[in-house]
This record gives sequence, C-alpha cells and structure tokens, in this order.
Amino acid sequence: MASHAAAAQGAAPGHDDGHAHHHYTTTGLEHRKIAIWAFIGSECMLFASLIATYLIYKGRSIVGPFPHTEWVSETGKVFPPILDIPVTSVSTFVLLMSSFAMVLGLQAVQLKGSPLPDGANWWTRIQRNSQLWIGMTALLGATFLGFQAYEFTSFVHEGLTVRTNLFGSTFFTLTSFHGAHVTVGVLWLMTLLWIDRTRGLGPKDELIVDIAALYWHFVDVVWIAIFTLVYLIR
Amino acid sequence: MASIAAPTSATSAYASGEDTGIWSWITTVDHKRIGTLYLWTALTFFLIGGFEAVLIRTQLMRPNMGFVSADTYNQLFTMHGTTMVFLAIMPLSAAFFNFLIPLQIGARDVAFPRLNAFSYWVYLLGGIFITLPILFKVAPDAGWFGYAPLTTTQFAPGMNIDFWVLGLQILGISSLAAAFNFITTIINMRAPGMTLMRMPMFTWMSFVVQFLLVLAFPPITIALFFLLMDRFFGTTFYAIAAGADPLLWQHLFWVFGHPEVYILILPAFGLVSEVLPTFSKKPLFGYNVMVYSGIMIGFLGFGVWAHHMFAVGMGAVADSIFSMMTMLIAIPTGVKIFNWIATMWAGEIRFTVPMKFAISLIAMFTIGGISGVMHSSPPADLQQTDTYFIVAHFHYVLFGGSIMGIFAGIYHYFPKMTGRLMDERIGNWHFWLTFIGFNLTFFPMHFAGMLGMPRRVYTYDAGQGWDAFNMMSTVGTYILFVATIFFIWNFLRSRTRGAVAGNDPWGAGTLEWSIPSPPPEYNFAQIPEVSSRYPLWDLKDPAKTAGIEHSHADLMTITDAHAVPVHEETERKTAKELGIPMPFPTAKPLVAALTMFLMFSGLLFLRNGMPTVFLIVTIGGAAAFIATLYAWLTSPLE
Repeated sequence: MASHAAAAQGAAPGHDDGHAHHHYTTTGLEHRKIAIWAFIGSECMLFASLIATYLIYKGRSIVGPFPHTEWVSETGKVFPPILDIPVTSVSTFVLLMSSFAMVLGLQAVQLKGSPLPDGANWWTRIQRNSQLWIGMTALLGATFLGFQAYEFTSFVHEGLTVRTNLFGSTFFTLTSFHGAHVTVGVLWLMTLLWIDRTRGLGPKDELIVDIAALYWHFVDVVWIAIFTLVYLIR
Repeated sequence: MASIAAPTSATSAYASGEDTGIWSWITTVDHKRIGTLYLWTALTFFLIGGFEAVLIRTQLMRPNMGFVSADTYNQLFTMHGTTMVFLAIMPLSAAFFNFLIPLQIGARDVAFPRLNAFSYWVYLLGGIFITLPILFKVAPDAGWFGYAPLTTTQFAPGMNIDFWVLGLQILGISSLAAAFNFITTIINMRAPGMTLMRMPMFTWMSFVVQFLLVLAFPPITIALFFLLMDRFFGTTFYAIAAGADPLLWQHLFWVFGHPEVYILILPAFGLVSEVLPTFSKKPLFGYNVMVYSGIMIGFLGFGVWAHHMFAVGMGAVADSIFSMMTMLIAIPTGVKIFNWIATMWAGEIRFTVPMKFAISLIAMFTIGGISGVMHSSPPADLQQTDTYFIVAHFHYVLFGGSIMGIFAGIYHYFPKMTGRLMDERIGNWHFWLTFIGFNLTFFPMHFAGMLGMPRRVYTYDAGQGWDAFNMMSTVGTYILFVATIFFIWNFLRSRTRGAVAGNDPWGAGTLEWSIPSPPPEYNFAQIPEVSSRYPLWDLKDPAKTAGIEHSHADLMTITDAHAVPVHEETERKTAKELGIPMPFPTAKPLVAALTMFLMFSGLLFLRNGMPTVFLIVTIGGAAAFIATLYAWLTSPLE
C-alpha cells in the first residue's frame, strides 16, 4: 500500500506511472475489494428475501411432512418431524471449521516467503502451508455439500419434495440457494489451489485470496442464520 | 432565442485515428462507446414503447373501438410499461452513467471495463428476448408488475409470462453488475482533490441510484425466482390452494418497485442539476442539502412500498405507517424543487433547449409529486387506485420527470458525445410539441380517473363522461408522436451536420467540459487535480463563483498550477503516443452474455415437452459460461 501512495505523490498529481497493477485509487484499496463488499451487500438482500419468505410461510403448510412436528396423513400414515438437527449440527460444525481453515489459508499466503522465526515448531511450520489450508477449506465445503445431498435425498425418501407443501418449497429453495453459493465457493477455492500448485500464491496475490475468503465467510455467516432460524427455532 | 457561439474551426469527430469498424464496437470496453451503445439501444426501445402507447391510445380514442383485441391490448400495455421502465428509462440513465461518471470524476474508465461491456450485452439480449414475442402475439400480458398468483401457470398457462420472468431475471443481472461497477468507480477512481462533496450532482445522484439497485434488485430477483420455480418446477410459492399468501408477490415486488421509481427519477434529477447551473450561470443552490435530500429520498424509498397496496386491506396500523412515510418523502423532494428554483433565481438565464426541458421537469414533476401526495392518504387512494388518475400521476413523474430530464441531458451532452451541437430550431419544435402533447395526453386523465375510468381495460362504453377526455389524450399522444419525429430527425442530422461544439460549448463548470468533444479514448491526457465544485469556472471566470460558498472549504486560492488543465483539440494524441495503458478490446464479455443467455432460455423448452433439449441447452450454456469466465479472468485487462 505504501508504494501506491508514494507513486501517486511522487509523480505529478494523478500522473499514471504506466505500470499495470499500480493504478492510483482514491481510497488506496484495490477496486475488487470494494466491489466484493457491494456484492455481499446485494447478497444480504437476496438471502433476506429468501429467509423472510421462509418465516412468513412457517406453519402455513396444509399437508405434511412438517419440520418440527409429527404429521398423520389421511390414510393414517405417520410422518415424524423431518429435520434431523444432530446431523445438521455436524455439517454446520464442518462449515464453521472451513472458515477457520480459510483464515489460516489467507495468513499462509500473506506470510509466504518471509523467514520462519527461530525455534519454529511443527504448528508454525504447518501454518505456512497455503495449499494445505486452501485445500482443506475446499474439502470441508465439499463435505458440507455431501451432508446436504444426503439430507435432500433422505427427505425425498420420507416424502418431502419441492412440490409437497409450502415448507418443502421454501426449505429446498432456501437451502439449495445457499448450497449453490457453497458450490461456487468450492470451485473458486479449487481454482486458487490450482494456481497455488502451478505458479504458487504469495503476498502479491493477497487480494485474490482475500476476496475469496470474504465470500466464503459470508456464505458461512448466512448458514448460521439459516441453521438458527430454520432448524433450531421451532 | 439562444445563441451559442460555435468555434469556427471544423474538426472531424473522430480525428485521432481510432478504429470505428463494427468489430471495434463488438469488442469495445471503452465506457464512452458502451454509453453510446446504451443510448442507441435504449432510444430504439423507447421508440418501440412509444409506438405501443400510440396503439393503446388509438384503441381508447372512442368508446367501444375494435382497433385491437382485448388480448392484444393486454400485451400492449404490459409491454409498454415493461419496455419503458426496464428497456428505455433505466438504460437511458445507464447511458449517462457510462458516459459521464468517469468524465465527471476525472477518471480514464470505469473500475471494471469488461464487466461494463458484459452489462450492456446482457441488457441487449434480455431486451430482445422480452420484446420479440410481441411479433408472434405471445408477449407478456399480465402488466409490468406481473402480479402472482395471476402469473402462475394456473391462470397464465401460455408462454407469455415465461418470456417475462426469464427476461426480467436476465435484465436484473445486467443492472446489478453495472451497479457494483459504478459504486467501485465512484468510491475509488476520483481524481485527486475530488472529494465526495465536490462531486458533480449527476454523479452524486447516480451514486445513490447504484445503492438502490444493489439493494432493491435482490427482492425482485427472488420473487421472480419463486415464480420461475412455480412455473417450471411445480413449487407452491404462489399456490393459494397449498396455503400460499396472495400478498407475497406484491410485497416482494413493491419492495423493489418503489425504490425502482427513484432509480428512474434520480438520474434525471442529477442531469437537470447540471443543466440549471450552467444556463443560469450560477452554482447549484444548496449543494449540500441537494446531496442529503438525494440520500434521504433513496433511504425513505425503501420504507414506502406498501402504499401501492392500500387497497388490499393491510389494516389501519400498516396503512398509517406507510402513509406517513410516503408523505415524508415529499419533504426532500420539495427541497430539491425549491433549490432548483433558487439556482435560477437572479441568474443569467439562457433559454436553450436543454434548459427548457430542465425547467419543464421542475414544473411537470411538481404536478406529479402533488398528485402523489394526494394518494399517500389511504382514504383518498381507495377512490383513486386502479383509475386513470394513477396513470396521470405516474406519467407526470416518469414522463414529466424522467423523460424530460433525460431529454435535457441528451441535448446538453450530445455535443460532448459527438463533438457537434444539436439544432436549436428543430429542438424548439421538439420541446414545444413534447410539452403540449404531454400535457394534452396526461392532464385529462386526471379527470377521466376522477370520474371513475378504470386502468388496464381495453375499452369502455359511451355516456360515462369519459369520451372527450379520451379523445384529448389520444390527440395528445399523436402530437407526442410528431414531436418524437422532430427529435429523431435532429438527433440523426446533428451527428454530422450540427455546429462544431469545441470543448465547452455551454460555458459549463465541471471536468467533462475541460476535454475535447468527443473525448479521446483515454479521456484525460493528464489526470486533473480538483480544488472546487466548478473547476472550470474557477479557471475561466472566477467572478461567477466569487462570494458563493461552493466547497472552497479552506478558501484556498486557485492558481493555474492547481487548476484543471484545459485540453485543446490540437493537443489530441493517441493513448500510445502518451504512454497511457488502455484496456484491450475483447469479445469475451459478449460471449459470456450469450452463453448465460442460453442457460436461461433453455428453460423455455422445459414447459413445452422437450426436457432433453432443456438439459442440453441449459447445462451446455452453463458450462460454456463458466469456461468463458475462466478465459476472461485469466486474460490480462491491459
């Protein structure tokens, strides 16, 4: 950052120094950093609309299966409450841990190339392994998607599809919208991993890892809201 | 009436040897060219939407006319609204965002030039997709607001609404991508010294609009997504039999729909805030308050959506709150009106065509604003809702406001875009015919509405007191049609035969007038340093701003060393000669738009018994889209 400011002041005011990636910016931040925040703001409204619809339609389904209560159909078939909170707690934990791995991944990229402190132990060494942490983030994200696939399949087997009732429509749309975001995130992280393996990510690439991380943390935070409002609150 | 001194030296519009072939337009990432593409495309859609209005008014000219069928009429009024809102006014504003924002803040392009091209191509494809079906009589026919459950397959089994849902979904992506781009541009690409409170008012109002877009488009995206799921995959979001709430759509739609109104009007407010000071030879009165009121309008705009729904019976508490919020919005809007008047007060007013359009915005928008305050009161609204009174109201704000402001902007900035002035004489014909035709069309609608004439009905019986008013409205529409011919003539003719404009034909004060017309591809040979709100006036005519506080916060002395350099036509050099890196032209944004378009349009096959074709087109389109994105993101910008 310091070099940017120096470039802007050193040359005649506003005179471009001609090097790509060293453009003068008003705030000193890179354009993409600002754009990702604007994008996240928009995503908040997207998920807010989905979650609000879920909450408005909560308890309005005419037929079951229901999320938290038992339902007996006209034929006398008993449908137990469909949400499996213990299993989803595990997948939620997995997704939260992926955010932890993401933080370490960004740190590893930032520290790439700087010398290890004296007496560095195994943990300090492993913290420098950006491929490990970025790969682990993607893997944990993929595991979450695996849980979601399992959950969706078992719901369909138990008789709940998008067409069954309002709960099915709102639940599947909301959670699969989130799942699609996780999928994009996993592809994004795998791309970063691929770049890291081919040419190596270093401090100069901080930005591209940082914006991926911001997106990833956002997707995690949204899941905390969904888990609380859909699964935990009856 | 107005005399504009034109430079005598005639220079070619594109003198700097820039490539102007068709491929250069397909691959362009230059914000000015993209702005030009937006302008031409949006004007084309404006003409289509206007022609639809002519057909509508012809059908309503006399009682019990059989000019078009009820079904065709539904398609016409739906497409007139959809076209004017999404394909004409919004993109006309986008043309100005593109062309002007970088020039006004002293930047060489937008933050993401290729994303900008992508926004345009998505808009073009979405616009064609939603408009073409009218040729086959399967155009959307449920109103521009598309109320579900009326738009579910139960009540609208045809393909009409499929085009509408998918088309709007595509157009939303265009608007959102553009909004991220302009937010970043305005925050991060201002020239040194261009603080937020020195930004020209058009850029400020555009800035507010980008936030409205970012926050208001997601709710309609979700509402449309629910409808898409209901229509294509059998979900129950709008299925009343399954327990759905018939108001869900209305709420989600109007949470978008009311901020949308400000998305349509604020850019026009910004444009006249540039025109009025220029032709009054005075800085904008109450700049700070103009900024705050613009932000206030945007903010309050999110809290008034349910005033579109007073008739559905939300209860006294909701009605009262939304009524109060709606009345509140009149305050910042009124502040703007008075500040514009105060800007002209004691000014050296030149009645040019852009100035006339700007002044007529003030007058006409005020009429529309006042009728708006009238139906912010639920009891009054219950009488007026779904009548022609409402039609009169929103045409006074959208035509009398947005379109008048956009015409002011076109006449004002045409010389900057093309290097030549538009003809004042033809322009005067255009203005006066528009002004008379507009009032003759829409003022009688107030009376027809008060007498109970309902909206969206394709014909009416004689003897209800509506006949004369309808005849007046139709004649007014024909006058508007003639006025538009004058505009097209002027627009096309002036591009090559108008008087040469030079850098600053109007004696304006903001940065865009310091550079040649049309601007070179790099805009500013040297990025200017800005020390006030009207840097050119400080340089050329300090007396104009003397004694008026306009962000000389530190009352610094303006010296030539600090002032903005004025570039003369003779200095024009190419970017390469000046060593300015410019983004490479690329067709990837177009390919990305096309593949994404394929992905969406594949859904059309699903409801027509061709699920395999659907899978091939949609999955193929998605795969090609992702591949294009990778190619795009891995190729260098410049």
